[in-house]
Amino acid sequence: MLKGRHLIDPMDLSVEELERLFELAGKIIEDPKKYAESCKGYLLATCFYEPSTRTRLSFEAAMLRLGGQVLGFSSSDSSSASKGESVKDTIQTIGCYADICAMRHPKEGAPKVAALASPIPVINAGDGGHQHPTQTLTDLLTIRSLKGRLSNFTVGLCGDLKFGRTVHSLIKALARYDGIKFVLISPEELKIPDYIREEILIKNNIEFEEIERLEHTIGTLDILYMTRVQRERFFNEADYIRLKDSYILDKSKMKMAKEDLAVLHPLPRVNEISVEIDNDPRAVYFKQAKYGMFVRMALIIKLLGVEEC
Amino acid sequence: MLKVDSIEKGIVIDHIAAGKGMKIYKYLNLDTAQFTVALIKNVCSKKMGKKDIIKIENVIDIDIDVLGFIDHNITINIIEDSMIVRKVNLALPKEVKNVVKCSNPRCITSIEQEIEHKFRLVNKEDKLYRCIYCDQAYDPNKQDI
Repeated sequence: MLKGRHLIDPMDLSVEELERLFELAGKIIEDPKKYAESCKGYLLATCFYEPSTRTRLSFEAAMLRLGGQVLGFSSSDSSSASKGESVKDTIQTIGCYADICAMRHPKEGAPKVAALASPIPVINAGDGGHQHPTQTLTDLLTIRSLKGRLSNFTVGLCGDLKFGRTVHSLIKALARYDGIKFVLISPEELKIPDYIREEILIKNNIEFEEIERLEHTIGTLDILYMTRVQRERFFNEADYIRLKDSYILDKSKMKMAKEDLAVLHPLPRVNEISVEIDNDPRAVYFKQAKYGMFVRMALIIKLLGVEEC
Repeated sequence: MLKVDSIEKGIVIDHIAAGKGMKIYKYLNLDTAQFTVALIKNVCSKKMGKKDIIKIENVIDIDIDVLGFIDHNITINIIEDSMIVRKVNLALPKEVKNVVKCSNPRCITSIEQEIEHKFRLVNKEDKLYRCIYCDQAYDPNKQDI
């Protein structure tokens, strides 16, 4: 039972719970109209302390498509945070108005602080460079839907693996499935954090390699997860400019890839995926955005514990 | 050899890793104590080579979780009538609260002062603690309590 629970870390859900969530998402995809009033009378608060377009709109679209309603704020300037209100006080107040909350915050751990004080389920919609569990659910549902399974893959993760929270969450989640090999492709400066390497990969005896060049490995991959080199995660503008174009996926690299490769990206992209491959059937990042909405619909239903059709 | 009198009633904190005695002395606010306290550094020890010992001539409340967090090999001897009446062996606590601060400048605790700083034991073998909010590891070599 997920009713009343929070989703802060992708590991908050067991593999079995994920499976049930994806089954529900599958049913919603098959017949979305059947769920059009599942959350009628319920209110989702979107508390976004930093700008986000697609995550916030994805949550809002998910709730509206379930017949629920949405309120919230989309930057800390337009909330009481600008007056110095704590996250704990904010969630206790919002818990009086809404039934469920999706929170994005630039500081790591803020949604966890909220969850500890919240009377309503809190969903972490991204906390700094830390975790982004609903993106992970999106990624897993995309892979499961397109490949029919979540085990026995060689998964390449490319780009900013140090600050890219979607990468950390995805590694944690995929590490629980059998036969996953990770190929971690990044510049030296943007390698995965030690705790992911040591506590997730090495501790669980998961096969992985760390390399610098995408073209050296793309032919071995079943899934390629591209990430943006995010300007806001750098302390130094010169470092950003030096590294941002390091890893660009284009037609020439795609020629070396397997025919059934799936290219995922959490979006928005800047230039790390050339638009010339958007029409390649292996480029699934826009489908992925749609799966993101469906999985959030399933998650809202589960956390609210509303009757499933 | 330095001689320190035995105590009649109080606490002896023994088997402190050499060099950590002062940390514990400060944590327990013994620098402001009005009773007799001895911090003995670099005592020869068969088991440890060298160790620190703190002798406190008074009964005080000690948070054994915190001492376990600082050094779980410590033993605490409760002394009454100059005899050890109880020995307490420490263990690594599962969680410590407001003992160390999270050093991650991106952690929510860096901007909201009223949040309790909590660290959870995630790896017993490596004695590894992480901030419950942001997963930042506590590094005893870089951060003081």
